[in-house]
Formats: sequence, C-alpha cells, structure tokens
Amino acid sequence: MTKTRLLKWFGAGATTLLLSVFVMPIALGGSAGAALGTPPTQNMKPPTSIGKGEGALNIIAWEGYTQPEWVKPFEATTGCQVNVKYAGSSSEMVSLMANGGGHQWDLVSASGDADLRLIYGGDVKPININLIPSWKEFQPFLKSPSFNTINGYHYGVSFEFGPNVLLYSTKTFKTAPTSWSVLYSSKYKGEITIPDNPIQIADAALYLETAQPSLGITDPYELTQTQFNAAVNLLKSEHPLVKKYWDLASQEISLFQNGEAVVGAAWPYQTSTLQAAKAPVADTIPKQGATGWADTWMLAANAPHPNCAYKWMAYMSTPKIQAEDAISYGETPANTLACPIMNTLQKGGCAAYHANEPESYFSTIKFWKTPLSTCDNGQNDCVDFTQWQQAWTQIIG
Amino acid sequence: MWRRPWLRGALILSPPLAWFLVIYLASLVALLITAFFSTNDLTGNIIYQWTWSNFSQIFTQSVYHTIILRTLLMAIAVTLTDAVIALPFAFFIAKIASHRSRQVFLALVLLPLWASYLARVYAWINILSNHGVLPNFESHLGLPITNLAYSNVAMWIVFSYLWLPFMIVPIYGAFERVPDSLLEASADLGAGSWFTFRKILMPMILPGVVAGSIFTFSLTLGDFITPLLIGGSSSNFIGNAIYDSAINGGDLPFAAALAFVSIAIMAVYLLLARLAGAFEAL
Repeated sequence: MTKTRLLKWFGAGATTLLLSVFVMPIALGGSAGAALGTPPTQNMKPPTSIGKGEGALNIIAWEGYTQPEWVKPFEATTGCQVNVKYAGSSSEMVSLMANGGGHQWDLVSASGDADLRLIYGGDVKPININLIPSWKEFQPFLKSPSFNTINGYHYGVSFEFGPNVLLYSTKTFKTAPTSWSVLYSSKYKGEITIPDNPIQIADAALYLETAQPSLGITDPYELTQTQFNAAVNLLKSEHPLVKKYWDLASQEISLFQNGEAVVGAAWPYQTSTLQAAKAPVADTIPKQGATGWADTWMLAANAPHPNCAYKWMAYMSTPKIQAEDAISYGETPANTLACPIMNTLQKGGCAAYHANEPESYFSTIKFWKTPLSTCDNGQNDCVDFTQWQQAWTQIIG
Repeated sequence: MWRRPWLRGALILSPPLAWFLVIYLASLVALLITAFFSTNDLTGNIIYQWTWSNFSQIFTQSVYHTIILRTLLMAIAVTLTDAVIALPFAFFIAKIASHRSRQVFLALVLLPLWASYLARVYAWINILSNHGVLPNFESHLGLPITNLAYSNVAMWIVFSYLWLPFMIVPIYGAFERVPDSLLEASADLGAGSWFTFRKILMPMILPGVVAGSIFTFSLTLGDFITPLLIGGSSSNFIGNAIYDSAINGGDLPFAAALAFVSIAIMAVYLLLARLAGAFEAL
C-alpha cells in the first residue's frame, strides 16, 4: 500500500512535469520571426537625463576594449564596477544578448554584422543621443550610420572602426606581403591561422573579387549561390594549410609567439600586443583591400544598470578615451578631436590609424554586415547568414 | 506521522526527488524537446513548430558524420590507452606496494586533479609546442623533432593524461578485491603470469575496467575545451559543434539535436557496460 502510493505520486508528478514542459512552449507559440519592418523596441522611451550610477556595469566586449588604462579611472569617478565578458565573434555576442534574457547585460560592443540581428531581435533599445555630449564631435558618417540608426532612432553610439589585417612574421617575410593570396598558398602549409568565424567567407569572396573577376563579386556579403560556392571551395582548399582556426585573439597571439604560425588574418589588436611583447611581427592591408568592423556600444533592452551604461557610453565617446583606445587597439576613432591626443600618445599615431581621414577611407573597408537573402541591388537570391554558418561548419569539419 | 509510515518515507524522499525531477529531468527534457524546433534566420528566436529538420541535417550532411566518428574514435582510443596504462599502475598499488605507501601512491595519482583542467592542458601545450619541452629534449638527444601541438595526436595525449586517475582508481578497487591467495594458488598449479592474468585476473577486474572506461569514454565524448585549446584545424568534436551552433550560431534546436546524438551514444555504451558487469559492485 505504502510503496504503490509513493510510486503513484512519483509517476503522477513526473508525468505532469513532463507534460507541462512539453505543452508550455507550444502553447506560448511564437511569431515566426520578424520580417525587416519596425524594430520591436522602437517605442521604448529613452531617459531624458542620466541618473545616479547603480554601482555596477556588465559589458560584452571584444578583447582589448576594456583595458585597465581607461576602465580604472571610469570606475573611480562613477563608482560603476565594470564586469566584462569577452566574446570572440559577432554571433557569440548576438547569442549572449539573446539568451541572456536581457537582464544580465547592459552594453555590448556590437560590430555591424551583429547590429541588425540585435535590433530586430528586440535585444537592444534606442538611446537618447543627446545624453552623449561628445557625439557632436563625431565624424559625420559615424553619427547616424545605417547599421545602428533605423528610422532616426539611435540604437547605440558608434565607437571606433578598423580593418581586418594580414599579420605576418617578419622572420619569414622580409617585405610585407602584397596579396591575400599568401593565406591560400601551400608554401606556408601548416603555418597559417585564420579566425573561426563564418564571416571569413566574405574575406575569401573579397579575394576572389580580383582573383576571379569572372565571378562578378561586388559586395563580399551579398553573394549569389555561384559566388558563395566559389568562396566556400577556396576556403575548403585552404583547410589543409591551416594550423588552427582561432576563436580568441589570445589564441592567435600564442600561435605567433610560439612560432607555430607565420601568417594569418588578425585584428590590429594582435599586432600591437605581439609587438609590445617584442615578437617579430607586423601587419599590412594587401592590395585587394580588407574587410573590417565598425563597432557600436549598444544598450540592452532590459539593462539592469542603465545609468552606468549611459555614463560608459558618454565616457568612451570623449576624445581622450577614443585616442587611448585607438592607439592601444589599433583602430580609427569616431571622435574627430582624438587625433592630436593620438599623436601625443604615439608619434604619428593619428596618421597611422587613419584618424580624421575623410569618408573615402571609411568606404574602402568592407565592413561586416549580416548577409541577408535580400540583396541591396533589389534581387532576392543572395545567400543568407544561416547558410554561411552551415557552410562554415563544413569548411572546418 | 507514526500512524502513516508511508508519509515519513514520502517526506524524506520528496526534496531530493523534487530536485531530481525539476532541476535535472525537466531541464533535460526541455533541452531535448528543443531539438524538434527551429529558429528564425535573422533574429535567432526559436520557432515553436515541430520539425525533424535538425535530425535530418545531422543524418544527411557528411561533415556531422565525420565529427561524430572522430569523437567516437578518440573516445575509444583514449579509453584503450588509459586501460593499458592504468592496469600496471593499479596492480602495483594494490598488490605490490606496502600497505602504508599505498595511500601515498593513491594520493599522488589523484594529485593532478587538484590543479585546474586548464592549467594541465596549458602545461601540455608548453610541452608539445614548437619551442616546448619535448622538441628541446629531442634536439638534445639527437632525435627527430616532432611538432605535435595543435593536432589530433596532441589531443589523444592530453585526454589520456587528463582522465588517467579516473581509470586507475576503479581498477585499483577491483584488484584490491582479488584475494592474494588466488594468485598464489594459480602459481602453485603451474600457471605462468600471462595465463594467470588472462584467465583469472582479467575476468575478476573486468567490471572495474569497464567502470573506469565509462569515465574516460564519457568525458572524452563530451569534451570541447581540449579540442579548442590544443586541437588543430580538423579537430572539432560533437561538443565543439554544439558550442558553435548554440553559442556562435544562436541555433539552440540544432545544438539540442546534436546533444541527443551524444546522449544516445552514451546510452548504448552504458547498456554494453551493464552487460559486461560494470555495475555489479553496486
């Protein structure tokens, strides 16, 4: 009697639980995703003033964006303790923001290819740009760029931008390589490293733009199936030559320090870190041009510390911090007043990192953007990002 | 409460049962059910409509066969390697070492577990990489220099090292339960050591070996950090594919489908282990 009763309770409890877990998500239903229309958070009203700091700030950022050099003074003046989580790719950032439920993170340093996904996924909300005084000093093309400003609403404040560079060992290459073809050359078999990121397919497409002009590639992120397949095949043929696909910048730094890799695709951050450690490396942008990233500090839709977040965005937009980050990371600041400060931090720093160059320089970089099936030229046959991710799994194997 | 003994039993069992049901079982079921959903391409939000597309993707695309096979083969290789290495260790500790030194040896075997997983893997990166300990050693001795870091061989070495304590301890337990008199009797009757080992020892310690193999097999099957750190360009495990789809790709349903495959493999392995008598000591 006692044992069967216990078992009955157990069985009933388990069944109820299992059923509810089963039924609940189906009952909740879910819209089949938003077509590009109005961002879901468009009507969330931003504050009119920055209140008192909440004492903490949780950021998702690229490695190198939260150096103690500028984080410590920020924490001292605002009292907002900065907690940072490093992400290795835009997809990881989108995933963290989406799965974090919105209550863990305050800010994310999203690159252009994450912005649309974050905005239309409802993970970020509009900010009051008037609360960022330094915004008025920004380059005009970075004040309201299409990757973070939609229908006039600012979903964050532009930060800095830069190119993906070709990092090489000066012991192997006496002069800087002039073409991305070194990454696909069997001469360096087993000594090549590239990022473990589906967006790398765009770099292959960029190379094919001039290497195989018959393909007719004009935008490395908007590829027809034929162009896409050609880029994927190039990367598959590169696979046996790759030593390792790096997920974090620190992995690539280790590879070059150990001499395991002599050439690879990198961010300027790796170059400056390796050179600071006296490693014999240098970087360059080959003749085919480069892909790149334009980063925005975006505010999470349910940020738990919005005041600290606004303070951070305002702080990171000031000329001094823009200059410090530009020199430290190796990227171009959005704030036009950063240039003279960069020259005091590093001789010729302003020119080295292309600060204050006109929009023409900005336009030479093919910035990361989310590949969609709708191409800018009006066609609908471009390959969308899900296919990029699946193809990448095939390439890495 | 005294008049209804079943109430007492129910109250004692309820908290752990509730924990087991809610936190463990329910979350596991929620995860596995996600495998039958799909995601919106742009935003990554889950579309709650029943579909088999995730599983058909795994079964039809050969890259996933490669990944699953690679993980499986590595798990088997690591298990066999650890079994071979652990047997003499465990025999020595159980049968040959003096009683006092037995504890010391066991402590030494378990000592690496006190260091963090990452520290141990990084130690091996240091040993195996280009300017590391092994190439230096080889060049001093005039041996051919190997470049093992960032390869499947490196992963096999690291995995075998990481899980060795988990194999030694159960086998040691099994050897301990073998009475010394059996070994003496076998020698008295004229059996050589290999014969003794094969016909008498092995059947008795097999459950212990299988129990240890459950650890090495499952830990290798589910791992993704070692391939990430010391694997090469063709070292992705099921765990890495799950990490890539869930974290980098935002495709939780597909990751859940891959997890399903992992669980299925482990279920089959545990069934085989049970048939081989691994759980008899329970």
